[in-house]
Amino acid sequence: MSSLSTKVGRLSLERPGMVASGIMDETGPSMIRMLEAGAGAVVTKSVGSEPRPGHANPCFTEVEGGLVNAMGLPNPGIAEFKAEMDVAVPKGKIVGSIYGASAEEFAMLAGKMEDYGACAIEMNLSCPHAKGYGMELGTDPVIVKEISSAVSSAVSIPVWAKLTPNTHILTQIAKAAEDGGCDAVVAINTLKAMVITPELGKPFLSNKFGGLSGPAVRPVGVRAVYDLYDSISIPIVGVGGISTWRDAAQYIMAGASAYQIGSAVADQGPEVFGRINGDLVKFMDEYGYSSVEDMRGVAHE
Amino acid sequence: MSEVVRIASVTRENYDTMTFSFPLKADAKPGQFVMVRCEGSEEIPMSLSSTAGGMKSITVKAIGPSTKRFHELKAGDILEVRGPYGNGYTLESGKRYLIVAGGVGTASVMPAAEMFGSDLIIGARTDKDVILLDRAKQSCEVSISTDDGSMGFHGNAVQLMRQKLEKKKYDCVIACGPPIMLKFLYLACKELGMECQLSLERHMKCGAGVCGCCVIDGLRVCKDGPVFTGEQIAFMPEFGTVRRDECGVVIRK
Repeated sequence: MSSLSTKVGRLSLERPGMVASGIMDETGPSMIRMLEAGAGAVVTKSVGSEPRPGHANPCFTEVEGGLVNAMGLPNPGIAEFKAEMDVAVPKGKIVGSIYGASAEEFAMLAGKMEDYGACAIEMNLSCPHAKGYGMELGTDPVIVKEISSAVSSAVSIPVWAKLTPNTHILTQIAKAAEDGGCDAVVAINTLKAMVITPELGKPFLSNKFGGLSGPAVRPVGVRAVYDLYDSISIPIVGVGGISTWRDAAQYIMAGASAYQIGSAVADQGPEVFGRINGDLVKFMDEYGYSSVEDMRGVAHE
Repeated sequence: MSEVVRIASVTRENYDTMTFSFPLKADAKPGQFVMVRCEGSEEIPMSLSSTAGGMKSITVKAIGPSTKRFHELKAGDILEVRGPYGNGYTLESGKRYLIVAGGVGTASVMPAAEMFGSDLIIGARTDKDVILLDRAKQSCEVSISTDDGSMGFHGNAVQLMRQKLEKKKYDCVIACGPPIMLKFLYLACKELGMECQLSLERHMKCGAGVCGCCVIDGLRVCKDGPVFTGEQIAFMPEFGTVRRDECGVVIRK
């Protein structure tokens, strides 16, 4: 039988599907639930230096083909988050997602996550709806390299950069992360988006704009991973609109070593991970792929 | 997907609670909720106080800035509604339900109580806080408890529930109300070996089961709930002991 185990650089995973940041990952028990449902790892909610309530409701809505959210990085702050990590870390692989406004802040947060037992760091350089954070830093290659370098020297666990598709220089940004010492890149975060209520003549979200995720962004994500595979030599984690084995296979064939799932949890529940694990193995068996590595990047050949 | 609706009618229930009826295309089950806002309010989760047919309603107690803003609304004003979300109560015909409501939680259980013509306990602080009584009386056998004894049984709803359970046989207790009532109701049902379904509340953001901010011990109040069985609650150590603020910071009760 084909094997689902994979490696993202130095990190080995028994299963290639991870929970994307911001999905069922704010509390220890919910992270455990996702691991038990078949996720190979859970990426935490992005955590910053201080508690943050995020944007006022409404901060979420369904649209055709996906979801638009502007949660605004709600999180209990890095000190409080230790208690959640203490619960989850003994049960499986937890990737610590962090956001900051400077290289120093990122490095401090990464150090804490490493102390808490995270197996890797995912730097949020791509949230499209939090002023002063995320993609405001992650669209400048100079800043991305500086932050990557600071975090890579601050911790001994692998460091990943989660990238935004809201740029025309995606591959330059990824190269900057690689040059800064990142072990992998994660692509893509949500596409900057807006919904307007005509009857009220106003944007629906309290933050006005947010980020689009779900099936509609999948072709954008697959293309991004495909381009990145040709441009950098560090591993890629694919994310964006995966809800079936076919979607996961597309990302792997575009060049991803592993993938993440978020929005599909709304419709399919945590069980989406186990279902894709089973279906993907069946496909790999039938089509003669012995491992994820064997299938990775085949669309380029 | 959100729906923009116009309020069809506004009913004042008492000094601090009003019901807003509106046509909603989406189907709804008793115990489900919507995420709703009006112009000038935040979006808030509200149980549906009517679920049958095309006309749905929410019953809003003026507590914070958003709910107070709702109280300024009139027929014809616009609401933006997402949902209905959540699992709702599991109701099986032939089963005998004792329904226990506390305060504005009466709104959440009313569709189930009407559908089953169940025995219904409405608990409130005073007679002025009892809501939806006339509506309930049309289809249910209603008992009232008030903390100050100004109407019905002098005491709380859980004490009255114990009396009812001694006198008559029921298959399941269904309840919605303030956290303290639900905690003691759950403990009483556990002690008596009584099946129960409780509608719980947490700070919510997406409402659709994605963001995870409303979880209690890994279960999403918005999607796996808001209604949980006694068996589920037995494995929820955070029930009645811990809640989280909008940042996700743990607050111990």
